[in-house]
Amino acid sequence: MRPVTVFYILLVIAGLLAPWLGVYPVYLMTLFCFAIFASAFNLLLGYGGMLSFGHAAFFGFASYATSWLVTSQGYSTLAGIALGVLASALLGLVVGLIAIRRSGIYFAMITLALSQVVYFVCLQAPFTGGENGLQGVPRGTLFGWLPLKADEAMYYFVFAALVAVVLFIRRIVHSPFGQVLKAIRENEPRAISLGYNVNRYKLLVFVLSASLAGLGGSLKSLVLGFATLSDVLQSTSGEVILMTLLGGAGTFLGPVMGAGIVVTLQDMLSDRVGSWVSVIIGAIFVVCVLAFRRGIVGEFQALAVRWSNKRKPAT
Amino acid sequence: MTEIFGYPLPVILGQLMLGLVNGSFYAMLSLGLAVIFGLLGVVNFAHGAFYMLGAYAAYVGLDSLGINYWFALVLAPLVVGALGIVLERLLLRHLYKLDPLYGLLLTFGLALIAEGVMRDRFGSSGQSYPVPDALQGVFNLGFMILPIYRAWVIVASLAICFTTWFVIERTRLGSTLRAATENPKLVQAFGINVPIIVMLTYGAGVALAALAGVLSAPVIQVNPLMGSSLVIVVFAVVVIGGMGSIFGAIVSGLVLGMVEGLTKVVYPEASNVVVFLIMAIVLFWRPAGLFGKE
Repeated sequence: MRPVTVFYILLVIAGLLAPWLGVYPVYLMTLFCFAIFASAFNLLLGYGGMLSFGHAAFFGFASYATSWLVTSQGYSTLAGIALGVLASALLGLVVGLIAIRRSGIYFAMITLALSQVVYFVCLQAPFTGGENGLQGVPRGTLFGWLPLKADEAMYYFVFAALVAVVLFIRRIVHSPFGQVLKAIRENEPRAISLGYNVNRYKLLVFVLSASLAGLGGSLKSLVLGFATLSDVLQSTSGEVILMTLLGGAGTFLGPVMGAGIVVTLQDMLSDRVGSWVSVIIGAIFVVCVLAFRRGIVGEFQALAVRWSNKRKPAT
Repeated sequence: MTEIFGYPLPVILGQLMLGLVNGSFYAMLSLGLAVIFGLLGVVNFAHGAFYMLGAYAAYVGLDSLGINYWFALVLAPLVVGALGIVLERLLLRHLYKLDPLYGLLLTFGLALIAEGVMRDRFGSSGQSYPVPDALQGVFNLGFMILPIYRAWVIVASLAICFTTWFVIERTRLGSTLRAATENPKLVQAFGINVPIIVMLTYGAGVALAALAGVLSAPVIQVNPLMGSSLVIVVFAVVVIGGMGSIFGAIVSGLVLGMVEGLTKVVYPEASNVVVFLIMAIVLFWRPAGLFGKE
């Protein structure tokens, strides 16, 4: 077995054992939801080369949709999640159609502006609870017989979702579709001249990324039992960028790791340092951009490549 | 009372005037953003933060040093502009050869730092800054009441925008700037110190944002987050106007401010998002922006 495969298996085992080792399950579940969100974002940034500055819109929109459906419309948990994901997919389709008309920094600014529209909709729409958000979201049961109220059951459900999302993204990236995406990221004019309908690919990856981000948001609302304005806020969009950048854009584990670090930091710091959390997050941004743009996992990979090249005698 | 489409005229004019005040801020900020982007290729996410810092510089100046409004109008942009120059030298200049997205991310980080520090120092609630004595009171125009300070903001920012446009489009300094935007290597070969020009341009753009901050201090609550939502609207203004055009930035800023004001009369719920919706429509119709060239 390759060392990487062994590493992945160890990670999954660690994830399965974690609740029995005394780690607070709600903290881990929140972390996993953000890891799903960051992985979805990474699909767009790391493989599609598109920096969305408004991804919280999809995360939060699904969070609101699922909360509303499960709480006041009597939908089952799975249906609530599925419809939440569908809602963010449709939102992704609309935003994507507008945003992919420009690329690069314009794309970033447009997604940011459109996410602000979603924010104001969530603030003013009649069913979102305004400033209070939606509270008391029940976790319900899975398949009609497995209650998720206990943290252990919910933990494995969210963990399974995270593993599935990472594997799914891996599958997408290694598929012919993923190869075309990389080609577009590296050289768009060439991809066009090869006859690819670039915009269709971009739109598809945008919708996929939005849907997966929505899955993260739906699960988050069930884990914590509420959907609030902070889910759709611009600062949440910034956080998911930081998670991906810090862990390593364009790597499978990077976003998961980045989510782990950022969520842990916020968890540890928010009561102790108050407003300095935003200073610390900003400082990490600055350091990341200036000093290690490949992110933690990316730097490790680069190091490993250099190391194995050194060991191999030049042929 | 005169009415247009069922809305009383004084209400419409009042909102138009408020919109024009907001539009003046949009114009000044998007102008600085466009100038910085033109030369540095950096979308300055920290622009809203510099605007906020400008307002705070005026507030702190008055509150603890007794510096009055008129001196603040000069000093705050100088101080904040100098801060911008330091940041450009220390941080930004390492990114010029990279994808412009990194500049956006770095300045986003800087904005977070600035907001966090100010929130820690001054709290999240706002501070109010008094209207200077000379500009208190109102003009009674007969058909509407116009506060003198708001009229001053509109006139002052129009003058500033026009001056900036004139300097860039009609003077020798401006032609050097535009040449350096087109081809920095060639301009350097003519013996002009391009890195210094880049540095000063960033400083000037930042100073312009700070000046807008001082102008806005008496009409809004000075608070640490005043820039972060504004900068998003300004981004949309810049996308609508097309980033390459100074004139476009000014005109779209002013017009969109007024459109926002009118929306407050007709359908107040949409006034926060109308600029973004116009942006979406413009993108379908002319992806390069109204004044931009692809």
